[in-house]
Amino acid sequence: MTEAEIKTTIIAGLYQIAPEADFEELLPTENIREELDIDSFDFLNFLIGLDDKLKVEIPESDYEKLISMNDLIGYLQERLS
Amino acid sequence: MADFIMPSLGADMTSGMLVSWLVEEGDQVKVGDIVAEVETAKGVFEVETFNGGVVGKILVQPGDAEIAVGTVLATIGEESAVVAVVDAPTERLRVSPAARRLADENHIDLSQVEATGAQGAISLADVEGLIAAAAASPPVRNAPKKESAVDFKMGMRQAIAAAMSLSNREIPHYYLATDIDMGRSLSWLEEQNRQRSIRERLLPVVLPLKAVALAIAKVPELNAHWVDGQLQLKSAVHIGFAITLRGGGLITPALHNVDQLNLDQLMAAMSDLISRTRSGKLRGSEMTDAGITVTGLGDLGVRTVYGVIYPPQVALVGLGKISEQPWAENGLLGVRPVLTATLAADHRASDGHLGGQFLDALNKFLQEPEAL
Repeated sequence: MTEAEIKTTIIAGLYQIAPEADFEELLPTENIREELDIDSFDFLNFLIGLDDKLKVEIPESDYEKLISMNDLIGYLQERLS
Repeated sequence: MADFIMPSLGADMTSGMLVSWLVEEGDQVKVGDIVAEVETAKGVFEVETFNGGVVGKILVQPGDAEIAVGTVLATIGEESAVVAVVDAPTERLRVSPAARRLADENHIDLSQVEATGAQGAISLADVEGLIAAAAASPPVRNAPKKESAVDFKMGMRQAIAAAMSLSNREIPHYYLATDIDMGRSLSWLEEQNRQRSIRERLLPVVLPLKAVALAIAKVPELNAHWVDGQLQLKSAVHIGFAITLRGGGLITPALHNVDQLNLDQLMAAMSDLISRTRSGKLRGSEMTDAGITVTGLGDLGVRTVYGVIYPPQVALVGLGKISEQPWAENGLLGVRPVLTATLAADHRASDGHLGGQFLDALNKFLQEPEAL
């Protein structure tokens, strides 16, 4: 899976939660949860959605590594390779 | 036959719109069946019947008109049964929300307004008419408004404004706060979640929610409604849970019988409630039967929540962000994950001593997470 495909999957998942957000505006290093106002309930559902699509189950201990878009893409690339 | 009336789905509701009937005349229904959908400023709600039997005459058809709380919409019951006792609508003015707002803005005494709306309710047009007459100018005709996101947001804001104004006007609040060491609870939760699939994971908030339910059993005065100058204790532990909506506003529907749910059941109930709140599929009873509310602003960086009680309830528990803090215990200084829990309570219904007992119990339950 390419980086672009992973990013598309992430954005599709975020769109489910924050359909009003402008994803063009989201910088790759910004804190996604803060920028998009995603609470812990939505974040868990977002990760469940990623597991559905990518078959990557993210352990709770890794949550703190997943702050920005760059973090998410890097983490998923590593887990998918 | 008993009357099925336009329910009050909260302290802020004086009227609502009947969106649809889910039953027809002659249908058999039992207690708890959803029979109609009602729209208020906070959205569309499914309304259950508190009487079983046969649906008799349907008296009001769905439409755009605001129908005052207490208006009989239909009759339900056994044909031969004795007339059931129904809470008589209180002897207060029936006023549409828009009319009340306009009257407030223009300092108009509503008792002086001639009502021409449905069931003797004061409509927006009645108030507009009075203002127009006073100004000796022809009344302004409002074009019928289409419901839009902006209108909904304004309606939601108005509904919250009404309830919170009532709260601060009538409820003598007192506030207590305590810091709770969440170390044991979070370690236990981490271990639990490690053994679970992602779909079965628990969010940290279920621990204090369950602990609130158990602590209430020790201080039942906080699980109650204050109605007509009297405290009415609730036997069931239904906890209102503040849920924010994207686009603004919040709703505090009830999680039912929280004291009897294990943490998995509570997590499932909470997920279901949040999803239904955000997709607009709540039941009317969920809006009214909570005896206490919990609000957690912990996802933001907020450390201490000073809550406003949702009337007719008498207490609100605030949960702040769990953050690492210096913690002194037994003469030793360490660092612990700390939760600041606050209680906003109605001083008519309880005293600080009882409130303190509640927070103390809450703390103790969170020190034994395996027993939650």
